[in-house]
Amino acid sequence: MTQSEPTTTPEPRRRPGYYGDFGGRFVAETLIPALTELERAFEDVVRAPAFQAEWRQLLEHYVGRPTPLTRADRLARAIDPEGRTLGELWLKREDLCHTGAHKINNALGQVLLAKKLGKARIIAETGAGQHGVATATAAAVMGLPCEVYMGAVDVERQAPNVARMEMLGARVIAVESGSRTLKDAMNEALRDWVTNVRTTHYCVGSAAGPHPYPELVKELQRVIGDEAKEQLLARSGSLPDAVVACVGGGSNAIGMFGAFLDEDVRLFGVEAAGEGIATGRHAAAITAGSVGVLHGSRTLILADEDGQIIEAHSISAGLDYPGVGPEHAALKTSGRAEYVVASDREALEAAELVARTEGIIVALETAHAFAALGQIAERVSKEQGRPARLALCLSGRGDKDLATLRRHHESLTRETSA
Amino acid sequence: MTIERIDTCFSKLAAEGKTALIAYLTIGYPSIEESFECALAALEAGADVLELGVPFSDPTADGPVIAAAMYDAIRGGGNLRAALEVARRLRERSDKPMVLFTYYNPVLAFGEEELVAAATAAGLDGILVVDLPPEEGRGFRDAAARAQLAIVPLAAPTTGADREPRILEGARGFVYYVSVTGVTGTGEAPLAEAGRQARALQDRSGLPVVVGFGIDGPTKAREVAAQGARGVVVGTALVRAIGAAAPGERARSVADLIAALRAGLDRRDGVA
Repeated sequence: MTQSEPTTTPEPRRRPGYYGDFGGRFVAETLIPALTELERAFEDVVRAPAFQAEWRQLLEHYVGRPTPLTRADRLARAIDPEGRTLGELWLKREDLCHTGAHKINNALGQVLLAKKLGKARIIAETGAGQHGVATATAAAVMGLPCEVYMGAVDVERQAPNVARMEMLGARVIAVESGSRTLKDAMNEALRDWVTNVRTTHYCVGSAAGPHPYPELVKELQRVIGDEAKEQLLARSGSLPDAVVACVGGGSNAIGMFGAFLDEDVRLFGVEAAGEGIATGRHAAAITAGSVGVLHGSRTLILADEDGQIIEAHSISAGLDYPGVGPEHAALKTSGRAEYVVASDREALEAAELVARTEGIIVALETAHAFAALGQIAERVSKEQGRPARLALCLSGRGDKDLATLRRHHESLTRETSA
Repeated sequence: MTIERIDTCFSKLAAEGKTALIAYLTIGYPSIEESFECALAALEAGADVLELGVPFSDPTADGPVIAAAMYDAIRGGGNLRAALEVARRLRERSDKPMVLFTYYNPVLAFGEEELVAAATAAGLDGILVVDLPPEEGRGFRDAAARAQLAIVPLAAPTTGADREPRILEGARGFVYYVSVTGVTGTGEAPLAEAGRQARALQDRSGLPVVVGFGIDGPTKAREVAAQGARGVVVGTALVRAIGAAAPGERARSVADLIAALRAGLDRRDGVA
């Protein structure tokens, strides 16, 4: 057989579905034809003017796009009272999207696509519940049945979103296997998809998973960065020095980064350090992970020496994932984007500060991005020799996290009065 | 031996008019030692080929029975290294073909070339990587081919005619046909249809095609074999039998199920 003659030709660097060495399609054979179908539909349907027009209509008249760009001077002064490091701070308000987070941009696009492909059923995984709510919403408005897999731990800590999904007519399936969080919800969704692949569309919520999902989700989220860029130019007359976003799987970050990749703008992703990188209880796959394959893509993951996936830890259900989208792994490796971390405690403190200075209750996921603003401003201003101008993707609102935020607030109050 | 051992096994069975019985076990479940004993029992009771399942933390192609067994196996120290060691010990006792059945991330963590070398040294004859379609892992495939180790391809009901040549390119040993769109242990596989598909794929590829997923006993095994498939894989039913048996009875429960399957197949094959 020809196979026994090893070929010496190296694999081409720009393989379809790859970002550098990351990405690809590592799933069981049963799913490959469905991914090929989706890839073709992405090229032929999603990129076609008719689909774009329909989707843009929904974004404008249903989601409420464009979302505002808010200048946050009070927060900037709270972070840096003398204005030495943080000159300007702009917030891209994805929390003002219908359903309260950027997730709806992607969900509407994918469910619209599924409908055009004649799929009869939608499934999704969710961590914080924001993607689940967004998918349930899109399925409701387009008249398709929807089932959402959610780790049992997350069902408990994000109860308001479970209620919202059920109100929207979706069935929420609590996943009891493994760590009972986002990774296990994704495992279960993949098992459902492999079983019902002919009739069902799997609406992946992050810019992760097998090709073409990372590209598809980025395409549907890049509206964030495109709008922000235009708004920044109109409002401040120039591009910011850096953009900042939190990174779990990385969909809001890649949507925000997309418009600035080819500009002279630094890109900062903020991962969840959980209880601290040194404790091992974190979700920082880029900062502290290694190369591996998880959920269909070769990327940076948290795994032990046997290749078993390590459970991630974060107070934020949306960041509590032991992998990251492959394009982030490539951006980290090439040095184009920089990744820093914020701990559970830092995120909680940042959420309080944003609420009190700007009147916005942010999601715990987003709070991680806020928590890193001080160190990012310090770094950027130092290297530029002037105060930094930063734009942050405010990916979601914090209603779902009120119970957690409240507990933290009360414990702080007790500490102060003790 | 490697690929040759697989080829010899299927040729011999074909000459005898027999259907291959392939036993899958999760190595490390319920303990490494017991999985060794169960595997040995399967081989001695009449399994023709053994698949040694490497436990993985996130087995997305497996149903609840095998997923739970993997979870227990990992907690008991099961991993790729342990599976290789079990293979090495089995090779001292049996000359039947043995194939490693694994997900890709443990392979990456072990090292692709290192695994090819270690698998060959342990006396394994092939490797099946569930989540490694033919488009990926070229270096690994090349290394395996150089070592005469079979990389067993998967074909599924969703695999169209346009894709089949890619799956068969460089395929050696046998082809694993997944009977149903679903995970392991499903109760509703269309087995007669799977048997027909396997037979047709056999004719096109010239390789033995075995059918897995959803075969839990002699009746279903016969149903597949009746359509002309060259082999049947039984996995979840064996893992379930192990889980249901009392400690000390586990190897015997495997032997009993294998003997029943063997008898069922031989009766159909008219060789009993």
